[in-house]
Amino acid sequence: MSILVDRSTRVVVQGITGREGTFHALRCKEYGTRVVGGVTPGKGGTTHEGFPVWNTIAAAVRAEGANCALIFVPPSAAADAIMEAAAAGVGVIVCITEGIPVAEMVRVKAFLGRTASRLVGPNCPGLISPGKAKAGIMPGHIHKEGPVGVVSRSGTLTYEVVHQLTQRGLGQSSCVGIGGDPVNGTSFVDVLGLFQADPQTEAIMLIGEIGGTAEEEAAEFVRARVTKPVVGFICGQTAPPGRRMGHAGAIISGGKGTAAEKMRAMEAAGITTVRSPADMGVTVARVLARKG
Amino acid sequence: MKIHEYQAKSILTEFGVPVPRGEVAETPAHARAIAERLGGPVVVKAQVHAGGRGKAGGIKLAQDAAGAEEAARQILGMTLKTPQTPPEGIRVLKVLVEEASPVAAELYLATTLDRARSTHVVMASQAGGMEIEEVAARHPERIVREWADPALGLQPFQARALGFGLGLSGDAFKAGVTLILDLFRLYLAKDCSLAEINPLVLTRDGRVLALDAKLNFDDNALFRHPEVVALRDPNEEDPLDVEASKHGLNYIKLDGNVGCMVNGAGLAMATMDIIKLAGGEPANFLDVGGGASPEQIENAFRILSSDPSVRAVFINVFGGILRCDRLAGGVIAAVRKLGLRLPVVVRMEGTNVELGKKMLAESGLNFTSADDMGEGAARVVELARGAA
Repeated sequence: MSILVDRSTRVVVQGITGREGTFHALRCKEYGTRVVGGVTPGKGGTTHEGFPVWNTIAAAVRAEGANCALIFVPPSAAADAIMEAAAAGVGVIVCITEGIPVAEMVRVKAFLGRTASRLVGPNCPGLISPGKAKAGIMPGHIHKEGPVGVVSRSGTLTYEVVHQLTQRGLGQSSCVGIGGDPVNGTSFVDVLGLFQADPQTEAIMLIGEIGGTAEEEAAEFVRARVTKPVVGFICGQTAPPGRRMGHAGAIISGGKGTAAEKMRAMEAAGITTVRSPADMGVTVARVLARKG
Repeated sequence: MKIHEYQAKSILTEFGVPVPRGEVAETPAHARAIAERLGGPVVVKAQVHAGGRGKAGGIKLAQDAAGAEEAARQILGMTLKTPQTPPEGIRVLKVLVEEASPVAAELYLATTLDRARSTHVVMASQAGGMEIEEVAARHPERIVREWADPALGLQPFQARALGFGLGLSGDAFKAGVTLILDLFRLYLAKDCSLAEINPLVLTRDGRVLALDAKLNFDDNALFRHPEVVALRDPNEEDPLDVEASKHGLNYIKLDGNVGCMVNGAGLAMATMDIIKLAGGEPANFLDVGGGASPEQIENAFRILSSDPSVRAVFINVFGGILRCDRLAGGVIAAVRKLGLRLPVVVRMEGTNVELGKKMLAESGLNFTSADDMGEGAARVVELARGAA
């Protein structure tokens, strides 16, 4: 098994006629994902790079049973795109877009709470279940099917850990980028729960960063509910307070949200923490070997 | 994005939040003219994007217009250093001259995002004038909080609860409740990340006034607020930061001597961390974006190399789909064009890695290739030491 996406997933791409949307729709399809088409309002009925285009998500759901939406629309329209997908009953919504105003995400999150849809992101690389399907912008070829679940707030740092794992012959069950914004859809806790329940996943790699309390909540959840070994890394150990480190959510404010605090919370919860990002892969290999 | 107190107060006024009468001045003579118009005692306040101004000598009380002129003479041009300014301080170019208010009580009021609850929170406290973090640490019971409904916003009953929490009564209570609702309206309308009034004062004649004001804005929402962008003060920003943001680069200057150029914010932070673990100090955070295009590489090099403390550069790019030969070509072209002599350690992952490495090795320039980020960090720290 895997989590969130697999061979039966039917992806519809919102913003498919844009540059990013086109490029990544093709890459996802190449990876073997069933990309059923895309949505660009006003271009319904046309074909783009071999993909059918609809005016609305509801039409894509009716025509092709789309159950996963992958969003590339610009920040000013992305919140609306998320709600459209949720209103059409799409189960998994992956929003790649970076730069959505936080006040809009507050409203979107409340809206999603009244639907059965799950949002991953925004401002994230998306998700992949190696060997099965990819709904995201990560390079597919660095991944390998296997036992490690990866969850992260970062993009390229996730590719780094995947690369380290694959080089050691350790594959991944699923990799989920939850995104670097202060208000997002799926949390560490949600993904940890899914990995705990997933029979393919034998160990979990969690990559956090400074700012907020999502890692502390994850640590508490691991302590109470996760029996699989978890390895944790927090980036931003050297980040100065009060400065936003690239991601909207990566900021130490009022002395809160430091890497040291988060590492302490993880260690107290029995998570194996890694200080150097070069040691992530080797540490996962070690805890898996110990588990036997 | 941050703005000045006088700018924040002008926005507050637009939304009906009462503030003391006052105007901004850039010369002592202008400060005197304003004080004459206001009549009576005034407060002269340095306008910089940092708190802690009072203790640092940036706020002075003057009894009359002559005193205001003298206070402005002392404050204008001074370099203000507070715990919130950069270590070298900020030069004061403007002062706000305001009527002095007869203060009966100093209160605190702010609205911001509560990340853990994914909605907006309004906080009020009778312990005004202090840093709210300090109050939260020492007297958490003295802070009253109300969370706004994400769809419906702050309701009047919540504003009343906050008003009672502030200890207000009678006409001041009514004015306070209106003020709280107006502040929340402003916070949403302008896409603030923080709207803070500290202190909010109750005057001896029973009025409620925003004596100080701080408005910070959500950078992601600036595209729909040109009127806010227009308030940007380049004097308050690091010129390198400004140059970087023009090119869509995320750059933050730090104190070390190892320059970093990385694609992606998380990997950029992790690269700083690993430099520190290798015994070095990062000179900066620099995210060139996921794609790391040749133009971006050149812009990034220009910014990095204008920091004189940089002794060696570490390029850590995890391309994935990115072609390493193209990246190497971009790096070589940028170094040639800018005539850089600094040692550069390059760690790249993606397609055509071997070709990329070969191009770097054969360029005749000062490049070292590393196979992984641990090795790269160790090499660059060594080179920075050797060059220092």
